Amino acid sequence: MSEAAAAGRGLWRDAARRLAANRAARAALVVLASLTLLALLAPPASPWGYDSLDWHHLAQPPGLAAAHWFGTDRLGRDLFVRTLCGVRLSLLISLLASAISVGIGLAWGALAGLVGGRTEEGMMRFVDVLYSLPYLFIVIILSTVIGRGSITVLLIAIAAVGWLTTARIVHGQTLQLKRREFIEAARATGVPTAGILLRHILPNLAGTVVVYATLTVPQMILFESFLSFLGLGVQEPYASLGNLINAGAQEMESAPWMLLVPAAFLVLLLACLNLLGDGLRDALDPRER
Amino acid sequence: MLSYALRRIAVAVPTLLVVITLSFALQRLAPGGPFDQEQTLTPAVRANLDRVYGLDRPLAVQYAHYLGALARGDFGPSLSQRDFTVGELIRQGLPLSATLGLAAVLLAILAGIPAGIAAALARGGGTDYALTALAALGIALPTFVTGPALALLFGLHLHWLPVAGWERGAPRYLVLPVVTLALPVAAYLARLTRASLLEVLRTNYVRSARARGLGSARVLWHHALRPALLPAVSYLGPAVAFVVTGSLVIETVFGLPGSGRYLVQGAIDRDYPLVMGMVIVYAALTLGCNLAADLLYGWLDPGARRE
Repeated sequence: MSEAAAAGRGLWRDAARRLAANRAARAALVVLASLTLLALLAPPASPWGYDSLDWHHLAQPPGLAAAHWFGTDRLGRDLFVRTLCGVRLSLLISLLASAISVGIGLAWGALAGLVGGRTEEGMMRFVDVLYSLPYLFIVIILSTVIGRGSITVLLIAIAAVGWLTTARIVHGQTLQLKRREFIEAARATGVPTAGILLRHILPNLAGTVVVYATLTVPQMILFESFLSFLGLGVQEPYASLGNLINAGAQEMESAPWMLLVPAAFLVLLLACLNLLGDGLRDALDPRER
Repeated sequence: MLSYALRRIAVAVPTLLVVITLSFALQRLAPGGPFDQEQTLTPAVRANLDRVYGLDRPLAVQYAHYLGALARGDFGPSLSQRDFTVGELIRQGLPLSATLGLAAVLLAILAGIPAGIAAALARGGGTDYALTALAALGIALPTFVTGPALALLFGLHLHWLPVAGWERGAPRYLVLPVVTLALPVAAYLARLTRASLLEVLRTNYVRSARARGLGSARVLWHHALRPALLPAVSYLGPAVAFVVTGSLVIETVFGLPGSGRYLVQGAIDRDYPLVMGMVIVYAALTLGCNLAADLLYGWLDPGARRE
């Protein structure tokens, strides 16, 4: 970092400047931050919990004058609180799953690229095999094996399929880096493999990894809601965007807001995360534009 | 071409074997048996059940039996739906699921590729912006949101099409499911085609074709289109995987009695043979379609045959 400081502007400050100049990414960041704050602060402040029943307002349509802003479901549960709890759970699961899967992918890809030979071939072949299957099969097999309902299981299942793309990208990048002169110089001066990995390969992968991690989060939110929608993920009475949308789809004839509210939040969340990810990619790698 | 084809097959077959072995191993070694969710059984009943379904034999024997049965197309009895074998359930549901998937892929190709070409030719104009925005929306929205939304709009509000169900196989029950499933694939194909056609139109050989006085239509058909469609062809493999995955949601949303619903229900019931049978059939289908897409790509682009 010291050379970068001496040059006046480092890669990261440059990137931050470019990101701040990107209007779409900036808007996405603001919306995302307010949504996160709302999801963290509003449910505890509300008189209703995610599972508290209001017998006087069953299946109420939304309205600002009503007792429940976003209406209630058939059991009289407040949809505002349930949706925000769903957003919170989706964000929590997707952030954790992204961290795990990017971590595994980074370690796997960098190691394979650096070690080379038979080991590399075997490691990447394993990724290819898992990759050629639709991810849902792996998750379905996992949830059949482990059982469903627990959030930890859901997390493992999602992270287990999320790392494959990261591993591939990191592997490719590592192969490119490996041929560069400064790695050769490090080898020549006797730096051990672990040192090369930590000091030279990983810092150079940071940009790619940050971009990829940001783009993995919406992916993970989709996985989570997809599974919860199918009944394989988060279970009642807990709320996730997926199982709220599923419940809403079953009631859409009489209570369309039960579908529209969580669906709108999901779409908003995904759109913001994708815009932010794209903005980061442009900011960190201007050549790609 | 032949050696290219053989190389691709040599990749697909071991993958399928790995899938069979992996799912078998995972499911047999995992804690929790198929009878765990029912009322507690006496040990004697339990032992009898295990013996009837072969669950008390050594794993290697079970595996060998399973492979042999698979080769004969016998997937064993379903543990959750006692009156049916897994093979019967698959035969019952697969035709509908295959129709749904095939129709969706065809619709996506017929809508997405022309849309991409139109957008590229109208570059910078209103048509281009409209199509690009529509494609971005189609890619961003998950099927479990678009499906209920379309059913709400066209089924409940406009009454044009049935909301859900499958009565005597009337085609109008398939319209919304097929459109929902095709939408993201069409959107992705449109985006790919637009980008690659724009790139091809900038190449020197297209410019020299124009310089020789060929008309725009001729340049497009004879020179630009074939290379421009290569990315779309290479996306067909992933598209099939997407459609297979999406059909699980679509069948749930629209209440279609396809095999995807059995797979989801099997996972909820922890019905090992059902889930394994379905996963193997779906994996074989996906790998087969991927192989076909690879071969098509190799045929269109001779450069891809050298590895």
